[in-house]
Amino acid sequence: MIHIEHLTKRYGETVAVNDVSLDIEKGEVLGLLGPNGAGKTTTLRILTGYLPPTGGTVRVGDRDIRTDTLSIKEQIGYLPESAPLYQNMLVYDYLMDVAAIRGIAPENRMARVRELAKTCALEKVMHKAIHELSKGYRQRVGLAHAMMSDPEILVLDEPTSGLDPNQIIEIREIIKAVGKEKTVIFSTHILSEAEATCDRIVIIHKGKIVADGATEELKQQASGRYTLSIKLTGADTAACTALFSPVIGVNEVKTGAPEDGQVSLMLSCDADTDVRPDVYRIIRDNDWGLLEFHRESRSLETVFRELTKEN
Amino acid sequence: MTAKRIYPIFKREFGAYFVSPVAYIVISIFLILAGWFFFSTFFLYNQAELRNFFALLPLLFAFIIPAITMGLVADELNVGTYETLLTLPVSIRDVVVGKFLAALAFSAVMLAPTLVYAVSISFLGELDWGPVIGGFIGALFLAGAFAAIGIFASSLTKNQIIAFIIGTAICFILTLIGKMLFFLPDSMLGFFQYISADRHFQNIAKGVLDSRDFLYFISVIFLSLYLAALSMREKF
Repeated sequence: MIHIEHLTKRYGETVAVNDVSLDIEKGEVLGLLGPNGAGKTTTLRILTGYLPPTGGTVRVGDRDIRTDTLSIKEQIGYLPESAPLYQNMLVYDYLMDVAAIRGIAPENRMARVRELAKTCALEKVMHKAIHELSKGYRQRVGLAHAMMSDPEILVLDEPTSGLDPNQIIEIREIIKAVGKEKTVIFSTHILSEAEATCDRIVIIHKGKIVADGATEELKQQASGRYTLSIKLTGADTAACTALFSPVIGVNEVKTGAPEDGQVSLMLSCDADTDVRPDVYRIIRDNDWGLLEFHRESRSLETVFRELTKEN
Repeated sequence: MTAKRIYPIFKREFGAYFVSPVAYIVISIFLILAGWFFFSTFFLYNQAELRNFFALLPLLFAFIIPAITMGLVADELNVGTYETLLTLPVSIRDVVVGKFLAALAFSAVMLAPTLVYAVSISFLGELDWGPVIGGFIGALFLAGAFAAIGIFASSLTKNQIIAFIIGTAICFILTLIGKMLFFLPDSMLGFFQYISADRHFQNIAKGVLDSRDFLYFISVIFLSLYLAALSMREKF
């Protein structure tokens, strides 16, 4: 449904988005993950027609964002980061206005606004000015704004940032409910959130996609490996690498800096084989002193951290 | 650019003027200043005419109208609502035109109470209605031109005060340039005379409805709004 090809955005010297290609299917709930400043917001702004791309194309269906901006905007509901809304307006007036701009017929506007007030639990604040609302309510007004025309594609930029845990859960519930029928793309830097709500996760770092896959897949990828970390005395690095590498199940042997005659090793291993007995046998046969020996399974969090580490 | 999309924007902006106290303050200041300057000398002249009122108007508009328009774009850029607005299915042109019409309508509301001057003066003596009608029509065109300039100024910055100062500066220059021809080189006289908003306005206010004067105001409106749209497009 959405095809992003070689998308690039530069601000002067800095490259915010660097050659990003992404296909998003209809009905997908896609989480765009990445540290702050990774290029998430810029990507979403280009996708929603707010920013022109420097290079590459974004197509929605068979229309190009550069030439058919208006008709694509009609199809997309967008909630910018921290929900910037007209502070002086009443919630009701604001939503009615959005309904008018969205081209909803005057006789249907009231019904639509009522319906959204119910979905987003806004009934109590309809008569309040937006600047009087708490952050959670403001975010929900923003969500109602985005969902006004019942768009095919819903784009949300950090919809849960700055909310308390209860509000976060409420927003997530709404996203999940909407995501059953619509395409939802949202950005976040909270992993558990992406894990809980998305079908698919794209991790973006320094303007590039560094991981892309179904949530389950990434999790499996994450849990598909574990690391065995060992600290030995009386051994030397070269011998360790030579002896541990051939062990079945060991993918990679990383060595740490030796200190005081100690050798620290990180063995990256497949999840389905337990290499510990074999590794221990080698250590025993060589009569090395064993200082540390423990297994760390990799969570989505470590994957994220590894992928988005500086340099 | 369609009326369907411009109208909600116009309606929102126009309504927004009246929910904040700024609108009432601006209208009050305008009416107090206009009333004071006009009527303080009115009875001395002992003439049943509004000529002095219209002579005063460009100068008053030059700083009142930019105050009306200063927040129209600058505030949206500052608060971030610009992003929310422009990702709705509207184009920059719709936004600019909608905001312009709102500012123009607000100016008309502000000007409306001064129609009372004409009515009350007509009781005092024989009022020539031609120049009065011309004057009010001209005032709307003048307000439109200054509002367009104000919107352009507002689109240049996030800061309303800076937008106000830029807008006022341009409007003042266009108002006063006709009175400073003495200081300007002879060869450029025609040009400076032509760009003087005051001169074109006074022509209309005399009751002489010449298409060239209207064309001047319409050109200023179009040019300013075009520049505003250009500057908004570059705001990324």
